[in-house]
Amino acid sequence: MNKTAQIELIVNGEKYFENVPVRMNLADFLRNKLGLTGTHVGCEHGVCGACTIFLDGVTARSCLTLAVQADETEITTIEGYETDKNASDLIKNFHKRNALQCGYCTPGMLASSIEYIEQGNPPDRKKVKEHISGNYCRCTGYQAIVDAICTTIQERQSR
Amino acid sequence: MTGPATVFDKPTDYIGKSIPRSDAARLLRGKGRYVDDMQLPRMVHAVFLRSPYAHAKINAIDISQAMKLPGVVAIYTGKDIAQHVEPYVGVLSHLPGLRSPAQYPLAVDVARWQGEPVAVVICASRALGEDALEHIRVDYEKLTAVTDTLNALSPDAPLIHEEYDSNLAWKRQVEVGNLEEALAQDDVVVVEKQIKFGRHTGVTLETRATVCDYIPGDGQLIMYYAGQAPHMLQFILAKHLDMLEENVRVVAHDVGGSFGIKVHTYGDEIATAIVAKLLKRPVKFTADRLESFVTDIHARDHFVDAKIGVKKDGTIVGMGFNDFTGIGPFSMYPRTSAIECNQILNLTGAPYQFEHYHAVGHVVFQNKTLMCQYRAVGHPIAMAISDCMIEEAARVIGMDPVKIRRKNLIPDDAYPTKSTTGMRFDDLSHHACLDKLLEIMDYDALLEDQQNARGNGIYRGIGFVSLVEVTNPSPMFYGVGGAPIASQDGATVRLDAAGALHISSSVTEQGQGTNAILQQIAADVFGVSIERVKVTTGDTATVPYGGGTWASRGAGIGGEAMLLASHALKEQVLDTAAVILQAKPEDLDIAFGEIVNKGSRERKISLGDLAKIVYYRGNELPHDLKPELIATRHYRVTDFPFVFTNGAMAAHVEVDTNTGLIKILHFWAVEDCGRVINPQLVDDQIRGGVVQGIGGALYEECVYDSDGQMQNASMADYLVPMASEMPEITVAHVETYTKTSVLGAKGAGEAGTGGAPAAIMNAVNNALEPLNCGLWQMPMTPERVLKALGKI
Ligand code: FES
Ligand code: FES
Repeated sequence: MNKTAQIELIVNGEKYFENVPVRMNLADFLRNKLGLTGTHVGCEHGVCGACTIFLDGVTARSCLTLAVQADETEITTIEGYETDKNASDLIKNFHKRNALQCGYCTPGMLASSIEYIEQGNPPDRKKVKEHISGNYCRCTGYQAIVDAICTTIQERQSR
Repeated sequence: MTGPATVFDKPTDYIGKSIPRSDAARLLRGKGRYVDDMQLPRMVHAVFLRSPYAHAKINAIDISQAMKLPGVVAIYTGKDIAQHVEPYVGVLSHLPGLRSPAQYPLAVDVARWQGEPVAVVICASRALGEDALEHIRVDYEKLTAVTDTLNALSPDAPLIHEEYDSNLAWKRQVEVGNLEEALAQDDVVVVEKQIKFGRHTGVTLETRATVCDYIPGDGQLIMYYAGQAPHMLQFILAKHLDMLEENVRVVAHDVGGSFGIKVHTYGDEIATAIVAKLLKRPVKFTADRLESFVTDIHARDHFVDAKIGVKKDGTIVGMGFNDFTGIGPFSMYPRTSAIECNQILNLTGAPYQFEHYHAVGHVVFQNKTLMCQYRAVGHPIAMAISDCMIEEAARVIGMDPVKIRRKNLIPDDAYPTKSTTGMRFDDLSHHACLDKLLEIMDYDALLEDQQNARGNGIYRGIGFVSLVEVTNPSPMFYGVGGAPIASQDGATVRLDAAGALHISSSVTEQGQGTNAILQQIAADVFGVSIERVKVTTGDTATVPYGGGTWASRGAGIGGEAMLLASHALKEQVLDTAAVILQAKPEDLDIAFGEIVNKGSRERKISLGDLAKIVYYRGNELPHDLKPELIATRHYRVTDFPFVFTNGAMAAHVEVDTNTGLIKILHFWAVEDCGRVINPQLVDDQIRGGVVQGIGGALYEECVYDSDGQMQNASMADYLVPMASEMPEITVAHVETYTKTSVLGAKGAGEAGTGGAPAAIMNAVNNALEPLNCGLWQMPMTPERVLKALGKI
């Protein structure tokens, strides 16, 4: 139970060498070991999406990933989206459109939004809603989030 | 009306505008400060052992093996914890007859719901604590669980509390006129229905969490708290942990959603505070999602037998109902679990004029998770009873649902007035809201589409609701009944030496945008740019005393206090400026951080320069001038028990008669919350509220088996609304300012949740009408739709 292992990984561009319990999940590792508390835990069973991060460029549930599985990977979390994911326009539009209330779903919601935009998807409300359906938001009713994503895509297209 | 009535004589710079919330910028960069983010030196974790049974005697608890495990610091049983706490009782004196036994943080001899804590392991980490739980041996003696609300009242039902003669916690009856007689008249059409409302829960995305710390020497207990009412909790901790109130500090930073779930007293949180005090070190408790489902308060859970009588011309003669609601084994402390039923008795039919009313409510103990106030307390039930019965009556007499409302809604020029149950109303606008609703939804086009679709075997429905929402409560809500819950709120405004404004308030922020609207009000009323207003809320050590955030009171009460404080500071500053500038205060004004000439708007001196004279170079001032660059004001509603918001909403749905799936095609909401301080924030409150209402109407239900085991206590099994299922929600406003305040704002946070279920049930029954069936149970799941259709 209390076995540990050495891992080496890059998080938001910074290199880390850490000794972690083998049963520790990646969300707890990011939050408690690295102090990157921007990643949130809403269910710990892979449903709510709050803990979504980028692992080697693709979104992953950090509550369902063990920290040891992240050995030799590159991770981006909400703390890095503005710079490492060039998402300052998306962040600005989330802010302007009030696409967050309590902010608890926001780290995962931004991750899924960035993924949707990076995949070159259109500003189609139905498609956006389907894409973010793995991210629960209990506050907003989702409409503002869809607005913010679509606006960002439209702005990028017209640039 | 109180205070400075001149504030709105000039156009506003911020109030009424969709200014983005300044604190959202931090949250978008991962810099929230939620309780579970905290790590304090020597912090340990509280991990609770919870009863696997809904009803069981605890004969013995053996902790000896668990104590030997790595990381374990201490283990306390319910009996141990009970020695350090004065038990609490969830009753209020203005709910006469309500009874509930004394409750302890952890079960002592008997566990009465699945999930009730029975012991707590204090451990170096949560994971090690969970390991230790498996080695605690509890000798349980299983007792019969009382789960069904109606059976719980039968004479042969086992008693949950042996000291009582039955499982009834409270009963109240409201009778106005003579309903039975009125409904017996020849020209009255009577419609009767049984309506069931499922039990659901809040599912705040951030689970309940607390970090408690005790500072020896100071003798101070600090509770970092994900909650809504810090001052209430300060009082409760002091009282039940035998401390002085000033030695308890409660701090709420960012809160990941609350919706009423986080305004109650939970045993596991109180136990965490007790342990921190005993061990004199920080202790963290964060519920995991599985714990949340069986320990966060549940809500609704009503069986209602309703009837309504209307004349052939649609005039409502009267309505009545018999409501049974199951609240778990105790009434929740300190707000009680009878308020929801009480609200239903008070509010059913409130938008309409009618003479006869007879309602009976039964609040019943059962072996399930405790039930208490969740967003829109009682409203979804009250609005559904009246508005679904009204639309059903309209169907029976062949009348359009809009027309029957027109006939019976209280006229907009009738205020001030009272509802049939005696609720005092002023400044409401049911007809204007309905007008606006019809305008934005294009009702005629939807009716035409409905006809065409039916021709193709597609069943679409349109449903309405006209509603009221209890907001801005006066002391008549809780204080009158002896609860330590403030109805007034305070605001402090301070000018610093750089000319910036520091404001603090006793209302709290859970994401709804309280901090933002307080900034808007202060910036506007005092006269600085909004970027220069810094807000503090949520800390009993620094903010003025007040109630916090519940019952949609933040903007209306907290906002008014901020308006008064900002205005008071402005007058103080102008008095000082007048001396410095050798002018008359009435000839001066403050605009964007400058003292200006009121008429010419000529700039005289910046606020920073003025403050620097006051703070650093007082020698330049006359000795008898004693400038105060800080002001505090408090506000409570005095003229009315509550300030009601009203609204009208409509849902457009499509029912798939093969799968039973209900799709909401569009939703419209018109609300009159008085002055709208920030339109975008208000609209999104309404949208978020509507979506929680949709959850209750279509998806969310805590499913229990007859043993009292919750069957779907995980995020995967308990359905909450997801983006792909949610409709676009169009929001519009009618603005009738409340005369109870200068600001004129009523609350806006709960109407969506209160109104949406009725509108959706009406739309579904409108869709099913040509198929000669109806559905009267929420959530309206596909299975229930198919059953209503007779397909399964
Ligand atoms: S915390 Fe990982 S999906 Fe919910
Ligand atoms: S903003 Fe609160 S859960 Fe999405």
